[in-house]
Amino acid sequence: MTYSPHTDADRERMLAAIGVRSVDDLFADIPAAVRAQRFDLPTPLVEQQVRAELGRLASLNRIPEVSFLGAGAYRHLIPAVVWEVIGRSEFATSYTPYQPEVSQGTLQSIYEFQTLICELTGMEVATASHYDGATATAEAALMACRLTRRNRIAISSAVHPQIRRVLSTYCSGPGIEVVEVPADLAEGGSGLTSVAAVESVLDDSFACLVAQQPNFFGGVEPMGDLADAAHAAGAQLVAVVEPTSLSLLEAPGAYGADLVAAEGQPLGIPLSYGGPYVGLMAAPMSAVRQMPGRLVGGTHDAEGRRGYVLTLQAREQHIRREKAASNICTNQALCALAATAYLSAVGPQGLREVAELSTIQARHLAAELERAGLAERRFTAPYFAEVAMRLPDAERRHATLLEQGILAGHPLWRDYPELDGTLLLAATELTTDDDIDRLVTALAASR
Amino acid sequence: MSVAERPAPPTDASGRGAAFASPEGGEELGVVEPLIFEASRAGRRAVRFPDASQRARDAADGQPPLPAWAQRGRPARLPEVSELDLLRHFNRLAHLNYAIDLNFYPLGSCTMKYNPKVNEWAARLPGFAESHPLDPDAIAQGSLALEWLLAELLKEISGFEAVSLQPAAGAQGELTGLLMTRAYHRSRGEGETRTKVLVPDSAHGTNPATASMVGYQAVTIRSNDHGGIDLEALRAALGADVAALMITNPSTLGIFEDQIDQVLEAVHDAGAIAYMDGANLNAILGRFRPGEAGFDVMHFNLHKTFSTPHGGGGPGAGPVGVSSRLEPFLPVPLPVLVNGDPDEVRRNAWAGRSTASARFALDHDRPQSIGKVRMHTGNFGMFVRAYTYIRSNGGAGLRTVSDDAVLAANYLRIGLADAYELPYDRICKHEVVFSGRRQKRQHGVTTLDIAKAILDAGVHPPTVYFPLIVEEALMIEPTETESVETLDAFIAIMRDIAHRAEHDPESVRRSPVSTPVGRLDEASAARRPDLRHAFEAGDV
Repeated sequence: MTYSPHTDADRERMLAAIGVRSVDDLFADIPAAVRAQRFDLPTPLVEQQVRAELGRLASLNRIPEVSFLGAGAYRHLIPAVVWEVIGRSEFATSYTPYQPEVSQGTLQSIYEFQTLICELTGMEVATASHYDGATATAEAALMACRLTRRNRIAISSAVHPQIRRVLSTYCSGPGIEVVEVPADLAEGGSGLTSVAAVESVLDDSFACLVAQQPNFFGGVEPMGDLADAAHAAGAQLVAVVEPTSLSLLEAPGAYGADLVAAEGQPLGIPLSYGGPYVGLMAAPMSAVRQMPGRLVGGTHDAEGRRGYVLTLQAREQHIRREKAASNICTNQALCALAATAYLSAVGPQGLREVAELSTIQARHLAAELERAGLAERRFTAPYFAEVAMRLPDAERRHATLLEQGILAGHPLWRDYPELDGTLLLAATELTTDDDIDRLVTALAASR
Repeated sequence: MSVAERPAPPTDASGRGAAFASPEGGEELGVVEPLIFEASRAGRRAVRFPDASQRARDAADGQPPLPAWAQRGRPARLPEVSELDLLRHFNRLAHLNYAIDLNFYPLGSCTMKYNPKVNEWAARLPGFAESHPLDPDAIAQGSLALEWLLAELLKEISGFEAVSLQPAAGAQGELTGLLMTRAYHRSRGEGETRTKVLVPDSAHGTNPATASMVGYQAVTIRSNDHGGIDLEALRAALGADVAALMITNPSTLGIFEDQIDQVLEAVHDAGAIAYMDGANLNAILGRFRPGEAGFDVMHFNLHKTFSTPHGGGGPGAGPVGVSSRLEPFLPVPLPVLVNGDPDEVRRNAWAGRSTASARFALDHDRPQSIGKVRMHTGNFGMFVRAYTYIRSNGGAGLRTVSDDAVLAANYLRIGLADAYELPYDRICKHEVVFSGRRQKRQHGVTTLDIAKAILDAGVHPPTVYFPLIVEEALMIEPTETESVETLDAFIAIMRDIAHRAEHDPESVRRSPVSTPVGRLDEASAARRPDLRHAFEAGDV
């Protein structure tokens, strides 16, 4: 089916007004040599057919009954009221707010979003959103290069592997070198970024150190020490954070982070096989003119009414073209709205409860696995809501449990060969005691 | 200061909140909708979570505690509101927004077509919405099948050999395309010598910005008198130092490059890559397939052509299609069919038969790949919507989409040709660009004034002041989903404004008067950036 409203009579009337005989005449400017030779697409479907087709495809996914998979994307409660807000078609079917008089809903919600991200991160300014946490990190690291006029970036190997890959891709454009600082992954190691390794790698050619809190393995990094080490070399600290953790863990602004990037998916955004999510970025005001992406600012109209506009657009591609801070145009506004509604819905107490429950259940999970003698913690450092556990015959048992509807976390050996037999297990507030019991029982039975 | 301590703003006849004295003194301030922070009351709650069990707490206590130095000092000042407060706040904000679902949205270059609701239904199916991006392939067969099938559809629509869905937006598709371009030239030993990217002067700003991000020098090529690329200027600029031409076709003037075959020949003769910005694909479905015509790479904007909602500025999705020469360099991972015959899988899928026997996987092993441009496989929720849309329309429907989009734009072109200057007076594609030059020169009414007067008529204005090569540009893209009555009403509005610009220009310059706020002071917003709420002392 099409969504065209035109009757044959409408089309005839329009063609007559234009003064052509058929719609083909309107395509006469396409050179004959390059006109489409084929367009072999399926036949149209009406709604009940298309629903059957999409329902069939969705049913080919098997959603685990119990899942401990996180590794950068987390299953959290999405309050019904958040779904309600983002479902409003005044938000969903509007465009980028280039006409502020009729876009105050979007603009004010972004201003509120920017405020919330500043509050969470302890920073002075936050952008209107980026594609995801990885691109936000890459753009923040490139921003550090512009701010310091240096062209090397150090990144901890305990940063999410996909973030590191995206950073490498982004840096390959302008030819910026990315140096990996090894984390302490040795037997009996902390699983944390080594401050000594950072100190030995960084020199005055480095624009920044990128470190993640909690790190990819869930470990709590000594971010203050890492900031000091970066600053000692005249480099910046780009802190990659997890937003729900910021109700318990120190705000990056308080430990000396210069730039902050994050994946905002945990804030009310469905897993949806990886997107759309929302990248968060925050910085000090002194750096605002080097920030990529949209910013919303408060102002007023001629009668003194408060209003909001896209501002400092001289940084952006549609004004600066090849001199822009980034090429970013479309961002993730509706996902930023979801995060705004989520943070407003849970409030400070609710966000703390989410983080506390997550961290308690991650510890509970690790403790039960240890007590049953099924697995051991691979690293010694304190962790937040995700823990790396080593167990014998992990690959086979991971697959066996999957058949039973239990997803026992993320295999770490694919990205870290030295972490053979180690699974990264995540908990959130949705993880129940029963989930943990099922994992323990199934793992015990799979020996 | 909280909103409850303020008097409720009285409303004037226009429906706007009237100005009232701010207790902070001096300046008159009116607030249409207070910030959510101003509605906050300590202790108020919307959502609650269960308590951890005693057993969980006891077990957790045996694990290493969060060190004191890592714990947060000052808490974030998140709002504390009831669920009803929250909902009303965002609903009131929603009422301040214009949207496709309210009325005509003829924003040029943005393809503000109707976003079908069945697409939203599909994207929220639990099988999709709860699918984790790192789920093992064995349990993600539905997501992988949808991605593979969508890529197959996009290949057939565009005539390209391969498609990556990964880029998150059109601009990221451009980045992906140019990174692949560079990888291609490097693979031929020409990476160091090809340093320039040619961009027509009518291009979107993202094109030159992307070239810079990849370390290329953007070189502008002028347009000719007919709004096409100047072939002689192009030939003069092409050489062994050119990596690619980035061209939007139809152009941002809404004009099909009627010498596109010669453009492609010249680019390829020079050994360069031909990049097509697919922003305007909505004009040419079933009529022109860029890959078949000889382009090497193109990004699709699923949020334009394939009806995924714009969301107030995103999310979108910017898949790229490539010719065989660029295929080795596509981002990883790629969804691939690992067990099953592609023709049979397609046939079954298109006939609504089960594809459950086919097996799909993510292919990470692509040694020449440019890497990853974002996490995971892309904005999957947008893929579900776009797939639903393409399947609903089918081939016949997609052809109708472009036919009707072009028909509508030409209908507006004819309907307004005597009211506004038409710098390129020829058959257009999906959009038409007028100039407000006459109104500005003769009556002192700018295109901005005209845009604001359109707002007062209850319609969203066209894109203004773009493309840059048209003075006082008004870029109108009606899309195929608007009825002829809507188009007629818009023509009447535009003609009325042109008439008033001539006879009562002040009435146009005064606009807007019917919107929630008037023209906002953008200069002071940029001069004194106010980018976050300033909490009062004592707010926690």
